[in-house]
Formats: sequence, C-alpha cells, structure tokens
Amino acid sequence: MISFVQVGKTYPDGTVAVAATDLTADSGRITVLVGPSGSGKTTLLRMVNRMIEPTSGEILIDGVDVRSKSAPELRRGIGYVIQNAGLFPHRTVLANVMTVPRLLGWSKDKARERAMELLTTVGLEESHAKRYPFQLSGGQQQRVGVARALAADPPVLLMDEPFSAVDPVVRKDLQTELLRLQSELSKTILFVTHDIDEAIQLGDKVAVLNTGGVLEQFDTPTELLANPKNEFVESFLGLDRGVRRLSFFSSTGVPLRPEPVVARDAPAAEVLARRGAQPWLLVVDDGHKPLGWLTAEQVPADGDLTKVAVGELVSYGHTFGAATDSLRAALDSAILSPSSRAVGVAEDGRVVGVASVEELVPAIRAAQSASVPDTGHGDRGEPGDRVEPGDRNDREDRDDNPDTV
Amino acid sequence: MNVLSQAWGWLTTSANWSGSDGIPTRFLQHYEYSAEAVLIGALIAFPLGLLTGHVKRGGLLVTSLANVARALPTLGLVVLLVVVMGVKFRAVMIPLVALTVPPILLNTYEGVRNVDPQLTDAAKGMGLRPWQVLWRAEVPAALPLILTGFQFAAVNAVANTAIAAYSSFGGLGRFVIDGLATTDYGMVAGGAFLIVIAAILNLVIFAVLRKLLISPGLRQKKPTT
Repeated sequence: MISFVQVGKTYPDGTVAVAATDLTADSGRITVLVGPSGSGKTTLLRMVNRMIEPTSGEILIDGVDVRSKSAPELRRGIGYVIQNAGLFPHRTVLANVMTVPRLLGWSKDKARERAMELLTTVGLEESHAKRYPFQLSGGQQQRVGVARALAADPPVLLMDEPFSAVDPVVRKDLQTELLRLQSELSKTILFVTHDIDEAIQLGDKVAVLNTGGVLEQFDTPTELLANPKNEFVESFLGLDRGVRRLSFFSSTGVPLRPEPVVARDAPAAEVLARRGAQPWLLVVDDGHKPLGWLTAEQVPADGDLTKVAVGELVSYGHTFGAATDSLRAALDSAILSPSSRAVGVAEDGRVVGVASVEELVPAIRAAQSASVPDTGHGDRGEPGDRVEPGDRNDREDRDDNPDTV
Repeated sequence: MNVLSQAWGWLTTSANWSGSDGIPTRFLQHYEYSAEAVLIGALIAFPLGLLTGHVKRGGLLVTSLANVARALPTLGLVVLLVVVMGVKFRAVMIPLVALTVPPILLNTYEGVRNVDPQLTDAAKGMGLRPWQVLWRAEVPAALPLILTGFQFAAVNAVANTAIAAYSSFGGLGRFVIDGLATTDYGMVAGGAFLIVIAAILNLVIFAVLRKLLISPGLRQKKPTT
C-alpha cells in the first residue's frame, strides 16, 4: 500500500506542482493517476521512488516512510517503467533485465535464470535475449522495460506513461498484457497516463487530477463514470461516459431471441413462416454461424434462401459473446448493423439469438438500477470501438542518438 | 622524381635502420612522445568532460578552454617556451598537450551530456548510484563519441610531435630537421613519409579499439523492424 499524506510540491519560483494531496494506492491493485499536462501526476509518481522530493507531507509504503532508506536502496525495491523504456542501448536484452538483481548482489547464474523466465512472462521469446534494444520494435522494448522492472520481484511498480509512445494497436496489446500479468502477480501498481480511456480500462481506482496538482476525484472507474463530482471531471471523461460505463456490466440480461434466426438451407415452409413474423431475418450457415441480415421483402417468394447470394445480405457488423461480453459490446453490435439488431454468439461462434436496440434498452436500465457492476477486468472496452484522441504525438521522438561525428 | 628516388635510397639504406638514431628508434620515440601527450591531455580533459557532461553544466567553461587551447600556435609556443624555460622536454610537451585537450574535452562533454535523458532517468530510477549511472550508462552510451575525441587527439599529437625535433629532442621530426640542415632531401622526404605512416598506423589502432570497446548495440542506429 502506498499512502500519500498531505503530500505537496512547490518549486522555488512558487509554482505549485502538487497541492497537499492525500491518496492511498491499495496493495495488489492498479491505481491510475490521470490528468492533463501540468496536473502533477508524474510528479506524484516520481516522489514515491524519490526521483523528486516533496516539499511537504510524507509518503509511506506499507507504513514505512520512503525517506527511511537511501534513495538508491529504496529504488532497487521498486519497479520503475517509463515512456520509452529507457533500456541500456549497449547491453543485450538479457543484461538489461538482469540489472537490478545484479545490483542487489545476486549471482550471475541466478540473475540470468530469472531474466530468461521473465522474458517469457512478458511475452517475448528466448531468442530475443541476445538482441540489443535497437533490434526490437517499440512495443517489444516496452515489454523488456516491464520485465526489467519486475526482475527483483518488487511489490510496488511505478509506471509513468509506459504505453503512450507506441501505436494504438500495440498499446491495446500491452494494456491487455498488463492486466493478464497483474492477475497473476498482484503488484501494487501506480500508473500515470493522460489518456482517460487507458485509466478506465486499467485502473481498479482512478485519481483524476487537475492543473496545479489538485486531486478532483478518486474513485472506481464505474463510480467515476456514473457520478463525476464536478464539471472538470465530467468534461475530462468526455461525452460518452454513459456508453463507456456499460463496459462494466455483463450482457447476461440481454434477451436473445432465436426466432429471427434461420439457416440458409432451411426448408421453404420454415423460412416463409419465420418471415411472416419478423421484419429482419438473420441467415446462418450450416455451422450456425451468422452470414448476414435479410429484410422480409428480400426473402424469395418460394422461400428458397439459397437463391440469395451471400453478398446481397446486409452486414451484421460484429457479434458479441452472449454473457461473456459487456453491455457496451452488445449495444455496439446493434447500432453498427443497418438492422439495428445485435447478434449474440456462444463461445464456439454459434448464434444464440438476436436482440434489437429497443430490446437492449430495458436490459441496460435493469443493469444500471441493480448497479453492482463487474469490477473484474475481464471484459472492459472493446478492441474495435475505441476512439483515439488526437493528442498522442505531443512528445517528440527520441531516435536522435548523438552521432559519432 | 629526384627527391623521391633520394628518399627511396635513404629508406632502403640499411645503416639508417639501426642504432640510437635509426628509423625504428625514432619511430618508437615518436609514438612515445605522442602517447605521452595524449595521456596527459586525457588526465586533464577526460575527468573534466565527464564531470561537466554528467551534471550538464559548465558548457561555457569547456568550450572556452578548448578554444583557447586550439588557438595556441604550436610551433610559436615551442619556441617561446624553449626561450623561457630552456631546452626542457616540458617545453615540447605543453604545446602537444594543448593540442590533445580540446577534442577529448569537447567530445566527452558533448557525448555524456547528450545521452538520452530517458536512459539516465531509468538508470537512476532502478537504483544505480550517481557514479554507477556515469560508468554503466552514460560512458558506455557516449563511448563512440568519446573515442572519436581520443582519435582526434592522437592524430593531432602524432602529426605535431615532429616539432620536438626543433628543440633537440628525438622522434621522426629529427630526420626532417636534420635533413634540412644538411640539405639531405632524401632524409627530409623519407622522414616525412614515415610521419605519414605513423599517422596511418594510428588510424588502424583506433579502428581496432573501436571494434573492441564499443558495444554492438551502439554500432547501428536504425531499428531493423
């Protein structure tokens, strides 16, 4: 547990980076600090491993003041991951990961063994061990950075915008990977980002900071989305917080109707019977996987669906895992298709049933009024439906190594 | 043509290859003087470059010092010092050292100062002490630039050590000075040729040092993926 007690940082010129802040990052949880530039989020994080010293207040890790040890000793017991990984360019991946264990006096063999094990843990291959950082992609470098931070198995991990320099697809992977790792390792993680989506996806709790280092709200993501305390938090969350909050609710309650689902090779009588009752029919293949939507008018008079080319069917957008995905995924599936209907599938991809937007709304209301959202990290956010804010390139690239004249 | 064949004649005369004033002896002397100049220059410039580069302060001091040292007229200084101090080895060594200080100082300072701040931040954040940050992160990362500084220093020293002969010391300059005094142009050209060889040998030595000291991780700049 990391406790900030009335922690403040004022620079000699009078600039307040952090106003007296109380905050507790629970053990084994991810606590995210999010806010715009100048909100002191990085300053707060860097005060934990004494890269910056506060001008007032104290920081305790499991009840012990961080100033009770020398700064280098303290830092060896805290994992530290930064934006561009900051790997030693002259050392191999393996040697990079071995850094802290070696500083702590482990034997070479033990450190190497541990490093190899960690490379696998963070999703790299053994063949990467002998490479140098310049031979890796940005995402791979960041994985090495995480492995290096975990090397001595520190209970606390500080992550300072670790994923903001990689492209959105890789970032998504790294985020998923971090949640997977965390479910195995249960570290106390303090994570800084300027990206509210990232904060909501990763955080067990999220601290929203305002310019001047003012803590505006500290809550679980779902509470934050449902009840922003003030205008600043509300505007920082953006205009889709209602929809985004649906990520935290399971789609179990969505009524999936099997009636509009018809096999392409179904008997004509069945096809005609189903057409009578439904404005839209979902055509499925012989494995019961969705092919596309058909309006009632498009159904051939003789009921023979094989006459209709698959290409003529109306797109179903994407499916959602019935009961496994969130309400947000279900809603997105419905509004993406021209039929305004969501297609729910089982884990093997077979269609369970369909639900229209109108049928989804009561399910959403019911879930919200029960209001005990899933707090697990299982199904937050959907890979395809995130809007990426355009402020990602606000840091200069750092490829410019000094040349050798 | 005449001078070249004279030089060839001088170089191939076996008597010139032995004794205390023979070519091998002078060659070694030349390298000794040069190496000494580089060593003394390094003792002054390297720690100062490391310190200023590490704390990222003192840039003005470093550049001023280097510029003053560079502005000194080498030959004039030798003559002046010999007049003032008498014929002492120091009178030769001071101007040579003045030539080796600027490249070592500037390249070490710039090299260390420009190490990626993310690297030093990460190193510090992992618990390296300031001294370890310098030796395990900054120096290795800046080594290509630092070695280039040493190479310039060595080139300067080898090329200018000939001036030692002006004040009666040895080295390959002896042949040039003595040849001129006795109008033995074969000896002059032969001596000059040997100085060129010494400079080329110097390049070879640094190519080997590069290979040995610089991590493969720093040799290439562009990522492969």
